[in-house]
Amino acid sequence: MTNLLTYLQEKRDRSRGTEDLLVIRNLTKIYKRADGGEFLALEDINLTIKENEFVAVIGHSGCGKSTLLKIVAGLEKATYGSVQLQGHEIRKPGADRMMVFQHYSLLPWLTVRQNIRLAVDEVLDYLTPTEKRLIVDEHLAMVNLTAAADKYPDEISGGMKQRVGIARAIAIRPVMLLMDEPFGALDALTRGKLQRQVLDIWDAQQQSVMMITHDVDEALYMADRIVLMTNGPAARIGEILEVPFPRKRNLQELRNTREYYELRNHALNFLDHHFNQED
Amino acid sequence: MSYISSVVLTVRAVWHRSIRPALVRDTVLLPLLGFSVILALWWSVATFFTHLLPTPMEALVANLDYLLHPFYRRGPGDLGIGWLLLASLRRVFLGFLLGSLVAIPIGFWIGMSRQAMLAINPMIQIFRPVSPVAWLPIALAVFNLANPSAIFVIFITSLWPTIINTALGVSSVSQDYLNVAQVLEMPCWRQITKIMLPASLPYIFTGLRISLGIAWLVIVAVEMLTGGVGIGFFVWDEWSRLNLNSVFLAILVIGCTGLLLDVLLSQVQRWVTHRPATIR
Repeated sequence: MTNLLTYLQEKRDRSRGTEDLLVIRNLTKIYKRADGGEFLALEDINLTIKENEFVAVIGHSGCGKSTLLKIVAGLEKATYGSVQLQGHEIRKPGADRMMVFQHYSLLPWLTVRQNIRLAVDEVLDYLTPTEKRLIVDEHLAMVNLTAAADKYPDEISGGMKQRVGIARAIAIRPVMLLMDEPFGALDALTRGKLQRQVLDIWDAQQQSVMMITHDVDEALYMADRIVLMTNGPAARIGEILEVPFPRKRNLQELRNTREYYELRNHALNFLDHHFNQED
Repeated sequence: MSYISSVVLTVRAVWHRSIRPALVRDTVLLPLLGFSVILALWWSVATFFTHLLPTPMEALVANLDYLLHPFYRRGPGDLGIGWLLLASLRRVFLGFLLGSLVAIPIGFWIGMSRQAMLAINPMIQIFRPVSPVAWLPIALAVFNLANPSAIFVIFITSLWPTIINTALGVSSVSQDYLNVAQVLEMPCWRQITKIMLPASLPYIFTGLRISLGIAWLVIVAVEMLTGGVGIGFFVWDEWSRLNLNSVFLAILVIGCTGLLLDVLLSQVQRWVTHRPATIR
């Protein structure tokens, strides 16, 4: 029980740090083609993410932004360069960098509760069953899914599924949260609601986040910094935007500021520019 | 009077709400129509060619004893049709169980390993089209007994569809699920039991249902050849006595039992996978 309390306490006491959490240096990713040729997906990526920082990576589809996230997750290997989390080189997937997947990746034969419990069982295996149950219940409540806890993924909506995915990811207290277009498959109304919810959770229990998106508004609303990627092949980081808006943000108020539109247009111009170059 | 009218109203309401007319038509009337057409055909053929076939009525009367006393014992070898059915079912279950216990691990193995697939697949492709009955002489030579030989043939029958479907299921487990397992740092063995097995269960059950279906087809042929107690030998025995009435009964019983087996297995599938059995 003490374990659980210290864990929850520790989660809440964490404040925005200045320490570098994730350091990506000179990362290059080359795919071997089936015909023996090579495909340069990512070229010379340098990026540092600080503790409790929310970073959005934005770019056109196919620009390799998902590849970048997969390399950080350890699901793919960098061809050159290094990716370090808390000073340790990333070589394989690990629960310290838990993913929220675009298509939810819930296991359809498990209920909502069992899906979260599976992750807790695997990662927090030193806790007692009671402590595990408390953590699962707490995170179900955090994403407002207590009522749907015993339903199967087929029986709930896309937005609910992604909430399960988010609860599953944060329940195992990762050092870093990786989100691969987490709202990409949702309709606009659900998306807005879920963005709000994720930000609320993030405000309550600070956490480093790296989020892939193709939605400039989403990035401006949620992130501290926005990484703009150029188009692939050989995608690079084109520019990094600081988002100066104070937390807790209100989307309606943001939309009324000139700064918001300047940043938004800047980002869109950047993306358009690189898109037109392609043609 | 008002009592009667309220009863009528209630009956009508129940009729419309729970036993919907369209449902009755689809599940009772149309199937009955199909059966009656076949029955009428049989009847008309039997009426014109009396030396060929008994009419359905004659067959029913002749089989009344079997139908009313399925579990009689009148001396050695003279058993009710229920006993014969149970003897055949026992062989099928034993062979099917042994076959599945071998086939599921092999399917898993070749689904996970390309080398194993390349090594074993050609063998499967050659043995799969062989009628399982062709294995009977080999089984008889090895076991020297009818019963183990029949079980062995069912064992062989049950192997191929289950191996192939299990391998297909395992090799097509979504990469998404495996990514989840990897990110959670699941050890290999737990990836198999917690992710791959449940993910491929629908495919495994498809294989099992095909296997059981073919096993039930094959047991009749095997028993015709081996003799002894069983529904298959019953068919052959009654033909030898020129008693076609019982053959008609046997066909009906074999068909209903096969249907029942498949329904039972799909119920097990629904219960195990928490999902309706949609495949097939």
